[in-house]
Amino acid sequence: MIQIDALSKRYGRFTAVDNVTFTAEPGRVTGFLGPNGAGKSTTMRILVGLTDPSSGSAHLLGRHFSQLPNPGREVGVLLDASAQHGGRTGREILTLAARTMGLAKSSVAETLDRVSLTEEEAGRRVRNYSLGMRQRLGIATALIGDPEVLILDEPANGLDPAGIRWMRDLLRGFADDGGTVLLSSHLLHEIEVIADDIVVIGNGRIVAQGTKQELLSSGETYARSSDPTSLGRALQRAGHTAELTTEGAVLSDADLTTVGQVAFDTGLVLSELRAADGAGLEEMFLQLTAETQRDHLETPERNAA
Amino acid sequence: MSTTTLAPEPATPAGRNPEAVRRRERAVPAPIPFGRIAGIELRKMFDTRSGFWLMASLVVLSLAATAVTIIFVDADNLDYEGFASAWGMPMSVVLPMIAVLAVTSEWSARSALTTFTLVPGRGRVIAAKALVTAVVGVVAIAVAAAVGALGYLGVAAIMDLDPVWNISFTELAQVTLASEIGMFMGFMLGTLFRSSPAAIVAYFVYALVLPGVSSALASTNTWWAEHATWFDLNWATMNLYSEMTDKMWAQLGVASVIWLVVPMLVGLRLVLRSEVK
Repeated sequence: MIQIDALSKRYGRFTAVDNVTFTAEPGRVTGFLGPNGAGKSTTMRILVGLTDPSSGSAHLLGRHFSQLPNPGREVGVLLDASAQHGGRTGREILTLAARTMGLAKSSVAETLDRVSLTEEEAGRRVRNYSLGMRQRLGIATALIGDPEVLILDEPANGLDPAGIRWMRDLLRGFADDGGTVLLSSHLLHEIEVIADDIVVIGNGRIVAQGTKQELLSSGETYARSSDPTSLGRALQRAGHTAELTTEGAVLSDADLTTVGQVAFDTGLVLSELRAADGAGLEEMFLQLTAETQRDHLETPERNAA
Repeated sequence: MSTTTLAPEPATPAGRNPEAVRRRERAVPAPIPFGRIAGIELRKMFDTRSGFWLMASLVVLSLAATAVTIIFVDADNLDYEGFASAWGMPMSVVLPMIAVLAVTSEWSARSALTTFTLVPGRGRVIAAKALVTAVVGVVAIAVAAAVGALGYLGVAAIMDLDPVWNISFTELAQVTLASEIGMFMGFMLGTLFRSSPAAIVAYFVYALVLPGVSSALASTNTWWAEHATWFDLNWATMNLYSEMTDKMWAQLGVASVIWLVVPMLVGLRLVLRSEVK
């Protein structure tokens, strides 16, 4: 359980984190989504006591981070996988963490295995690691103390698609065991793949939060049929909206069952029927990034998405 | 109230499962003992290639200093003090570097991010580093003294000399104190700058540039020539290599407060309060 309450951090006249409030629940993976420089990392650093907030509070398991007697046993943290002494081997870094937490020696080998780092890789110095390997080592450091809460800043950076899938399964399993996961990303896709709940931050302020379904669904239904025009007309006759997409599918504000029923009544075969992809979150996210991104989209063609 | 809401899409079943959400029963872990933190900090001084060789260089240098003394000093003039002064100089360069890096490597390599999330009490980590630094200083001098003594005994046996042990335990203790002061100057500069290059440069400005400035000033200004030992820690520390009077101890104390204690308080405040990025 992570509770962040009216948290603000100001640097002179610049407000990095502006009155941020949210909760990450146990049993859920909470995605912290925002463009670079939105205040994600600052919020996470405040959460683990590396930065003092200007106002507001952050609690983990009902306590401030500094009140945890042996934090690694209760909260696993990965803030920056590259922030390690390059001259140490992966195994040594993990051993230092294990010894600090007072864990058995065997935990090092077990955790290396859990994050799929081989014996040979663990014996290499970290300066020779790829970013993906550093992320795995960082996740190992976070996991080794068998914590209740995981705080991971951009953990999917540098992971290949198989690595992202591995991490999704790992975090899913962690949350299913009752753990709380807060992970940040600047990529909507990563968060979509991994998170249950999403908190969107931009310019230090929370701009949206809710479950993935709430934020991603547009409330519309997407249907494909052999005769899209007839399906569209039938839906309109039933009092719903209907649009034909460029790929020959129908978008309607009717819910799934209604569309199915209408198709059935009209005697049309549906080849696809699902909730339409929400453009809302992506649109909002693009607006957030518009000020800082290099490639200005003069005419954003959202239909293509 | 119990209602069933028909959501447009079912939520992830696993995430909604109240069974899964039940928090695992677990005991509150015991606090991390200070000895364990000190052990970790000692291990960190050796577990990188650069750290290991810096430590190894202490042994190598005391061996080399002993060998050089045996080879180049006439048998008639050979005494234990000759050995001691041979390893004194390299020690006074390497030991402060070890102290600087004990602090700054956390920031330069940014491993402080991990260190201070595993032990949020930064004061405990810094105290552990200080303790380990002090111990390394004492052990280094002890090793150098032992290597020098063994070398001297060996050469005395071969050349049939009567060994001259003209360094008392008090003198050895004073030399150890002098090198500890050098180390803690490095440690202090490390906390002040939290960057390896900046702290190392600052240390050499203190140890190599300032004495020259001070003696230049002393040669033109008689007041400074008479009173500099109160304000110049290099100068006050040099006295430790001779017999110390009460006045010299007082001077060492005053100069240490100015150069070591006060800036260390500033440095500690910075370490404890500043943002770790």
